[in-house]
Amino acid sequence: MPRIVVTSDRFDVGQETARLSGLSAGVGGLSLFIGQVRGQGDGLESLTLEHYPGMTEAILGQLGQEAVERFQLLGCTIIHRVGTMTVGEPIVFVGSAAGHRGEALQATAFLIDRLKTGAPFWKREQFADGRSAWVDAKAADDKAAAAWD
Amino acid sequence: MTVEVTVLYFASLREQVGREQDKVALPSGDAVSVHDLLGIVTHNNAEVKAVFENMPRLRVAINQALATFDDVVKPGDEVAFFPPMTGG
Repeated sequence: MPRIVVTSDRFDVGQETARLSGLSAGVGGLSLFIGQVRGQGDGLESLTLEHYPGMTEAILGQLGQEAVERFQLLGCTIIHRVGTMTVGEPIVFVGSAAGHRGEALQATAFLIDRLKTGAPFWKREQFADGRSAWVDAKAADDKAAAAWD
Repeated sequence: MTVEVTVLYFASLREQVGREQDKVALPSGDAVSVHDLLGIVTHNNAEVKAVFENMPRLRVAINQALATFDDVVKPGDEVAFFPPMTGG
């Protein structure tokens, strides 16, 4: 069962890693991805993440299950924050546990690539000068997600 | 018996439409597609119509699962419209 969390709170990377590590004696490799708010030198101060409660959890659960089956995972975790986060704050945690590194590394890449364009989250940027704008979808993100088709 | 669907708007679409949701009565008779529903939502409202027309790559979900504009909408469904997703 994938562990899915959608929350406004920060996550504890150590605790999440320990949980994946301890899932089974057969775990031989863990792979983690942490996404955070990138300062772009353009005065960006924070991001606000909106989502579609209910559908978000359902889509992340389906993605996690797909990763478990496709990469023979022993478990995976997706934690996605919502609300407002300042530059440097973590947004998303993806972790995969497998028997071997190849599956673990691939699964984590699959999960983050697919969730960026396939789970109902939307980012709004706030700048120091008071400007604010919705983030446009990027063609490169669509391409990365489609590469797993 | 309900003949309404709940229509939700998210992100930039919610801001431009100016509200989070509508209750929309479905016409009786023929099957109603998402495309038809959009026609009902924007009927007699040029401002909302323009918002949808100017939204590139509009997405739709029915009952919290991604759908297409040809899919059929039934009474009691929850239909959500939103721009391309930008998570991660």
